[in-house]
Order: sequence, then C-alpha cells, then structure tokens
Amino acid sequence: MSELTREETEALIQEVLEVYPEKARKDRAKHLAANDQSVEQSKKCITSNRKSLPGVMTVRGCAYAGSKGVVWGPIKDMIHVSHGPIGCGQYSRAGRRNYYVGTTGVDTFGTMNFTSDFQEKDIVFGGDKKLAKLIAEIEMLFPLHKGISVQSECPIGLIGDDIEAVAKKGAKEMDKPIVPVRCEGFRGVSQSLGHHIANDSIRDWVLDKRDGQAFEATPYDVSIIGDYNIGGDAWASRILLEEMGLRVVSQWSGDGTLAEIEKTPKVKLNLLHCYRSMNYISRHMEEKYGIPWLEYNFFGPTKIAESLRAIAAQFDDHIKEGAERVIAKYQPMMEAVIAKYKPRLQGKTVMLYVGGLRPRHVIGAYEDLGMQVIGTGYEFAHNDDYDRTIKEMGNATLLYDDATGFELEEFIKRMKPDLVGSGIKEKYVFQKMGIPLRQMHSWDYSGPYHGYDGFAIFARDMDMAISNPCWSKQTPPWKKQPEALEPTEEGDLKKVA
Amino acid sequence: MANIMVGKTAVGAYSFYLPKRDLEDAIVSMEYDSADKWGGEIRLNNGGTYYIEPQALPARFPISLRARRLDAAE
Ligand code: SF4
Repeated sequence: MSELTREETEALIQEVLEVYPEKARKDRAKHLAANDQSVEQSKKCITSNRKSLPGVMTVRGCAYAGSKGVVWGPIKDMIHVSHGPIGCGQYSRAGRRNYYVGTTGVDTFGTMNFTSDFQEKDIVFGGDKKLAKLIAEIEMLFPLHKGISVQSECPIGLIGDDIEAVAKKGAKEMDKPIVPVRCEGFRGVSQSLGHHIANDSIRDWVLDKRDGQAFEATPYDVSIIGDYNIGGDAWASRILLEEMGLRVVSQWSGDGTLAEIEKTPKVKLNLLHCYRSMNYISRHMEEKYGIPWLEYNFFGPTKIAESLRAIAAQFDDHIKEGAERVIAKYQPMMEAVIAKYKPRLQGKTVMLYVGGLRPRHVIGAYEDLGMQVIGTGYEFAHNDDYDRTIKEMGNATLLYDDATGFELEEFIKRMKPDLVGSGIKEKYVFQKMGIPLRQMHSWDYSGPYHGYDGFAIFARDMDMAISNPCWSKQTPPWKKQPEALEPTEEGDLKKVA
Repeated sequence: MANIMVGKTAVGAYSFYLPKRDLEDAIVSMEYDSADKWGGEIRLNNGGTYYIEPQALPARFPISLRARRLDAAE
C-alpha cells in the first residue's frame, strides 16, 4: 500500500478509536500518533510508559519477565531461581533463545527452570525456610554454579518474605554471591521496570566486587551491553569488534558470565545495544567509574558501518583503520546480498510492533533491502525511545504505543503492509489474514540478525516470508465477497446439522 | 526531594536524568553556572523546573544530586 498523508493517518486513528467508550478513547488517543519529524520531543505527540487500559488486550509482560527473562536469565553460569509458584518460570522457560556455550546442567544453566514451587502453606507460613533449603540443595546438586539470583514472583512481595536476609546468610555459608531481586510482577506498568530493578540489583550486589583488584588492561577494552545473543546475535557482533582491534571484555548478558559482569568496570568504553533495558547500568558506570557509553546499531550494513565508525572515533587511528578495514572486507558480501534480495523486496511495506528497541533499530535494515516501514510501535518504550524513533521514521507514518489487539488488527487491515514484524501472539492472527509475519522478538527460530553475517540471514528470512507462494492462495477476510461467504457458511452449518 | 543525575552531552550542554521516573531531558537553563557557584533553579526542555542547592562546580560529570521539584511538566 502506498504512503498515507498526514490527514489520512490521523483519520485512520480517529476511525479506529471510535469503538471505544469516551474515557478509553481519550486515553488511547494519547498513545497513537502520526509521526512528525519536526517535533523535537516525542511527548508532544505521543504518551508512553503508562499503565495499560483495563479491559483491552495488551501484550506487555511483567517486571519479573523483564528481570528474569531479559537481564538476569542469560547470565549462563549463575542459577536464577524463579521464587514463587511454578508457572511464571515454567511458561517462560527457554523461550527467548539466548544461545550460550557450555554444558547445561553442569557449568551452565540457561535453559533450565529452577523454582521454589510455592504451595498454599508457603503463602500462609512464608517461604524463607524453603528458599534456604533450596539454596543448599542447589549447592549440593550443581557445585559448579558461580552464584544464584533470586527472582521474586508476585507472592513474595505480597506476603513480605525477607529474601535479602536469606540471601546474605546463604551467600556466607557457600561463599558465592546470592542476589535477591525484588522484581515482583505487579511492580510498574510493564517489563520495563523489571529491567531497571535488575540493573539496580547488579549495581548493588555484583558490579563492585572486583573493585581494586588487579586487571591486565589494554587501551582497547570494551564491553557489549544489552545484547542478549538471540540466535547468536552477540557472537555476530563481537567478531566485528574484535576484527577492528578491540578487546571485548564482557558480554551483557547473552552468553555472559558472572566474572565478565564483575570485570566490566575495568573497560574503557561501554557499547550499548539495547538502550531500553540497560541504559541504567551504563549511566551508573559512567558516574562511578567514568566509563563513557555509546549506543550503537548492528542491524543492516548502513547502520553497521555508521556504528563501527562512531565506535572507532572513540579510539586511536589503529582502531579507525580497523573499522574501515572491516567495512571494506564485508562490502562485497553485503553487495551480493542486496543484489540478490533487493529486486525481490523493493517497495514492499512493513509494520512493526516489538518491545523497546527494535521498532526503531531494524528500520535501517529494511531500508537497505529497499523496503519501507510504514508503521511502528513499542510495547514498553519510554519518551526517550520515541525521541529517537521520530528521526528514524518517515513523516506521517503511524506510531502506536502499547497497541491493543484491536488497534493493531485494524491498523494492519487498513494499511495492508506486505509484512508484519511482531511476536508470537500476533503471528497467527495476521497470517490467517494472509499477511506474512516474522517474529522480531525471537527471530522466528532463526538468527542471528545482528552484524554483517546476521544481515544475510535477515534478508533471506524476509524474502522467504514475503515471497512464499502460500499468501496468494489465501483470501484475506476483507477481500472476500459477502455473497461468496454465505454459501460456505451455510454449507458448514449443514454439515454440522 | 528527588535524586537526579546531571550530565554533560557531547556538545557540552547539561543533561538531566531522573532515575525514579526514568526521565531523560535536556537542561535549557541553569541559574548559577560558574566555578564557585553552581546550581540553583534549573529548567528542563519539557518545561519542568527543579532546584539544586547552589554549590561549587562539580569536578566531574555525570553526578548524582538531590534536587527539589518546583514545577513538573505534564
Ligand atoms: S505478573 Fe506475577 S504471577 Fe504473573 S508471571 Fe509475573 S511474577 Fe508471575
């Protein structure tokens, strides 16, 4: 579908809002906007990070999801205990595809689910004893673990357990760190607060553990922050940094270890990929240790080259040459990828609805393939994310914050993009409409998408989704003739009778 | 009183961060900005104003401070 004008976009928003009762309409109107590049501050056009409206379908997660699932979970040599009833951990287990190397169950524990499995009696009498017992059992069964984090689920905060005291006592007994994290699901409006709480707990319980210890530093030490190694993303990023001459001391937190996290305060520069989930700790290190941080974007060759140059600009000529060498080395490979896929994808449109970073970070990668992003939105972004998005998106394109199931469906029905990039909850709704969808949370069981190697896979996947012949065999509901519908419905009814 | 963080951007302007609400903004004006007297009333890009007890110019940025909210935007 061709571009909408500002008036058309605004009319579309109004039309979609019409079904809501007045109060809800007023509330939701603040979260939907037509992009206006002249606006410096996003808060003038869009409201974000507010409580979801009761009664609508939101796809947000909880603070526990933000802490256990995103920030802490991928740290592979620690055991992350989902403290509370069993469901929260079990239903989110291993779903995020944070790849790691190691022997699961022996020295790494990423895909396992550890839980205190609360029962009624633990709610009534408190679960501290159970937690202490669980810590002792972990130490006995998995002696090679490097530490434990206690990820609180909702009931822990409600019944007022003192997990800090248990953690301190247990840590002393086994001489390994135990980090209590107060990330109960009811805190905050989305998983975003969970990221913040997790960052704060790393700051308070982990980060200063090696202060004052000797460290063989080089002038080129950096850390990768906010890359969760989904499908191998961090690996595809890391090799580029190493090729240009930098030394990656730590990876947060995809394929990361406790030791790496503890050594981060020794680096010269923090490289921040997911701004939303880890800007907090970067700010802290900037203040306490004087380590500057830099946001970068490794999606698509244009942004990668921009980012590599920006990173190199922080170092001496040796690194600057290294960056140019890396860019030149991958240039032919990228040209080949674009030559192959651009003719097939040119002019296709995409609508995105993802978490807190990718709705703006992947725009460049689509543009490298000649595709156009006509609508984008975040589940749990804040104002500063939208500030950064406004510049990336075309004028009058649609922005939606914490979109409801209904809104997203209506927008996509009306704007008819060639591809939707969103999550599993959206996937089958749109595919049944005849619109291909790629999961942009987990890369749809593919990946990596970061870095030069990732772009080749990204381009192939997008082509595979869009050019699949099955979409032309399906008639989306809005294209079906009402007459044509009735007989089949009757036929179905008859069959049932 | 709120905990805030005042930083300096690449171009040397002051920036403001309020961890509690995860609010990041530019500081458009600062009442006192000299070596021996720094702080006072600060005005944010979003229209909010805060008051930092006037003090000597901090040696390093970013720095965490206590500030009083005079007038929050929104
Ligand atoms: S909201 Fe509470 S109960 Fe639900 S998944 Fe999150 S921590 Fe568990």
